[in-house]
Amino acid sequence: MIRIDSVKKTFGKTEVLKDISIDIEDGEIFGIIGQSGAGKSTLLRCINGLESYDGGLITVNKNPVHIDDKKNLRRIQKKMGMIFQGFNLLERLDVYQNVALPMKFWGIPTNTPEAKEKILKLISLVGLEEKVHAKPRELSGGQKQRVAIARALVLNPEILLCDEATSALDPEITKGILALLQKINKEMGITIVVVTHQMEVVKQICQRVAFLSQGKVLAVGKPEQLFVWPKEREIRDFLREESDKLPSTGVNLKLFFFGEGNQRPIVTQMSQELHTDFNICWAKLEDFREDVYGSLVLNMDEKDLERACAFLDSKDVTWEVIPR
Amino acid sequence: MSGILSNTGMHAIIWKAFTQTLYMVFWSTFFSVIIGFIPAIILTLTAPDGLKPNKIVYEILSFIVNVFRSFPFIILLVILIPFTRMVVGKSIGTTASIVPLTVSAIPYIARVFETSLRETNPGVIEAARSFGASNFQILMRVYVKESIPRMLNGIVLLVISLVGYSAMAGTVGGGGVGDIAIRYGYQQYKTDYLIVCSIILIIFVQLIQMLGNHMYKKMS
Repeated sequence: MIRIDSVKKTFGKTEVLKDISIDIEDGEIFGIIGQSGAGKSTLLRCINGLESYDGGLITVNKNPVHIDDKKNLRRIQKKMGMIFQGFNLLERLDVYQNVALPMKFWGIPTNTPEAKEKILKLISLVGLEEKVHAKPRELSGGQKQRVAIARALVLNPEILLCDEATSALDPEITKGILALLQKINKEMGITIVVVTHQMEVVKQICQRVAFLSQGKVLAVGKPEQLFVWPKEREIRDFLREESDKLPSTGVNLKLFFFGEGNQRPIVTQMSQELHTDFNICWAKLEDFREDVYGSLVLNMDEKDLERACAFLDSKDVTWEVIPR
Repeated sequence: MSGILSNTGMHAIIWKAFTQTLYMVFWSTFFSVIIGFIPAIILTLTAPDGLKPNKIVYEILSFIVNVFRSFPFIILLVILIPFTRMVVGKSIGTTASIVPLTVSAIPYIARVFETSLRETNPGVIEAARSFGASNFQILMRVYVKESIPRMLNGIVLLVISLVGYSAMAGTVGGGGVGDIAIRYGYQQYKTDYLIVCSIILIIFVQLIQMLGNHMYKKMS
């Protein structure tokens, strides 16, 4: 378990992290999302001891992360693999040697049959059996990130940290990498912490997510709780939600559909039952892991609002009046 | 003098000069690469983006390197005479000229190596740190390993400029192809010497460059 307790950090006069507290449970895929400059990468680097922090405490499995205690830090780092936006492979080493590199740092022999078997197993886990002796420059971006993932797993870590790992990849390749991360989480039981500014990443794999804004945690929870019905202004802005495109006359009512709610003809039923027409002015369907979440904005006369709300309550549909 | 007689003389003279050039260039490259590697490593470590940033050490060492680099070689040659005598026991001759050639090459190669090492992708260094690599491991397994082709390019440049500098070594009796070109070709108006020496140097430099390019491709 990673416990981040009131962590503070400043660069010169800028406060990058202001009193951040997050608990990340064993075995989960946890997302840290926010605009660039929100401090999310800095936070991840603090967890790994690549960066020091000025206040509070980070512990990994109850072991405090302090950059000055080199010996202890190394021990913690061994338990944490890390992958990066820029892949960061050694250009002069081939795939096999890149994957084996962390073992060399730990003085683990890499030419024993067991070591060879392990390295080749990881390479085939990430699907690069054909490229064992290729150099990074012969690989595509997605393949490079796969090598980096295999490298991050070679010391048998309990935690995998991903720093914008898919930001340099196109959507199709990103999906493949995310599926691989999910597989690693499920089959190997590795806790994964994902730092990203891409909603797609959070929606596709994260079980829980923290939204960071200007060095503070704005909200923590399941992605569908945070993003289908965002209450915080910053999160709405981040999602570039409907707010500025809606009609300025009448009332705007937002409806939410979870799971089976998606299969019911609620709007047409409501229209028939209340004998009124509604203007559908905005709608969205989103996948969160395996589930689909929908939201829909109706524009109507003020006088119809009360009846509409009563109807929606009777059908167990969640709704909200969008404030102007 | 008949043409044939002077030609056989020319062969012997130029061949001897060529072996002298090879001798001077090889050993001064050898020593300067080994010695220059040390300040290069210190500069890389203490640079602002290094593993152990230290402004004072970096600036002082950098200043010393610049001082030695700004000396005109011919001056260095003269200033170093006592030092040369201390090292090789004499201040004149081919072996003696290796000393000033090496001294002038050390700061050059130190700077070239520093630049090569610091071009290492900072992300790769960060990745190594994230796996718990020690600074020494990062230095050897990441910085040096990744920079070898670039450093090799630097050595090729060094060899080529040492061929040029070795011509001046004639001043302290170093001999060499360049020295023959100056003394026979220029001072005694023997144009054939000048031409042959120049062609030899051109071919030599071309060969070194081709070999360097080939090795760069193979190693990167």
